[in-house]
Amino acid sequence: MCVALPGRVVSIEGTTAVVDFQGNTVRAEAGLVCVKPGDQVLVHAGCILQVLSETEGRQLRELFEELEEIAGEGNS
Amino acid sequence: MKEILEYLQSYQGRPLKLMEVCGTHTAEINRNGIPGLLPPSIQLVSGPGCPVCVTVTAYIDRLIALGKESRNIIVTFGDMLRVPGSRCSLSEAKAEGCRVKMVYSPLDILRLAEEDREHTYVFAAVGFETTAPVYAVLLQKALEKGIENIRLLTSLKVMPPVISWMCADGGCGIDGFLAPGHVCVVTGSKAFEGLAAEFGIPFVAAGFEGEQILTAIAALVRLRGQGRVANFYPAAVTREGNAQARAAVEEYFEPADAAWRGMGIIPASGMVLRRKYEAFDAGSRELTRDQEKNSACCCAKVLTGKIKPSQCPLFGKTCTPQTPQGACMVSTEGSCYNSWQL
Repeated sequence: MCVALPGRVVSIEGTTAVVDFQGNTVRAEAGLVCVKPGDQVLVHAGCILQVLSETEGRQLRELFEELEEIAGEGNS
Repeated sequence: MKEILEYLQSYQGRPLKLMEVCGTHTAEINRNGIPGLLPPSIQLVSGPGCPVCVTVTAYIDRLIALGKESRNIIVTFGDMLRVPGSRCSLSEAKAEGCRVKMVYSPLDILRLAEEDREHTYVFAAVGFETTAPVYAVLLQKALEKGIENIRLLTSLKVMPPVISWMCADGGCGIDGFLAPGHVCVVTGSKAFEGLAAEFGIPFVAAGFEGEQILTAIAALVRLRGQGRVANFYPAAVTREGNAQARAAVEEYFEPADAAWRGMGIIPASGMVLRRKYEAFDAGSRELTRDQEKNSACCCAKVLTGKIKPSQCPLFGKTCTPQTPQGACMVSTEGSCYNSWQL
């Protein structure tokens, strides 16, 4: 039930945003985030919960390699 | 992804039991065939993170009773319709005159209630930290617009206390948790740091695509035995989460003990409306009774990873998606439902 989908903000009026999901546009409540047109956002049950960080879209492999560097050697 | 897969398939350490807590993860793990990609020494089990699956029968019974009162109309997410109460489900009760509407967003209730002041619209407000902010926004809007014919029947849960309860129980033997990605969006990954340190097991915040889940599982294997939290969903999850959403929840809700289907009451594992907003409450605080439709139903053992769904004596016999005996077989995010689809 915690499904949330990424979309892009097309416009905002008050605390209501129009969000584009690959061609389908829906209205979503935007009062829980600071958001502007063009932002990539995560929408859950009609409400924007987060502005997605496009600079943090790191490759999974990169994340795993970073983990190798910080993980201890004490695995059992 | 080839390297990640090779890392997992070459694992030769002690057997590991890893739990995905979120129901959406459960569904995606099975949809992507991930269990079949893992060696036998890495076992995945589903946790109590599907809100529908952990809803007690008293809650369903109360919804049905409210929906049969002529002034009320129940509004709900579709998942709740087929969850068995002690006698029947909401869907079955519709045939007996219970008025029920299904919506995509709790915010849809604002328009319904504004256009029809003759009825009281009661929302089946189930969910975890992810959904609670949406209910806070709903109440804020209702107050702004002066809409008084809205009520919430809440069954709101929070994740860390139930995970703590499972770990302290000692019998679950979980070696690591896939932290629920969209709960973490709100709470921040820091919400799991205390648990990781206390129980010496890793938590990895994970996204919902197959590759994201598989890599997060590899991270759990790599971090086995270490009380650390790693964020493998950095595009959406930060350590701090969404403080604005948490503040909205804090305004309207307060912590409370909560009843979990088959598990009993877990201290401080839920949220209820604050007393100053109790005019919006449809009688949520008393809903702790939990009477299973079938006493042989093993929902609680399944939801805490103690048995696999197929080990429940009802699985695939009297309990199927067509004739669910427990909530885990109802929801598309339920552990039993997903096992049945394999």
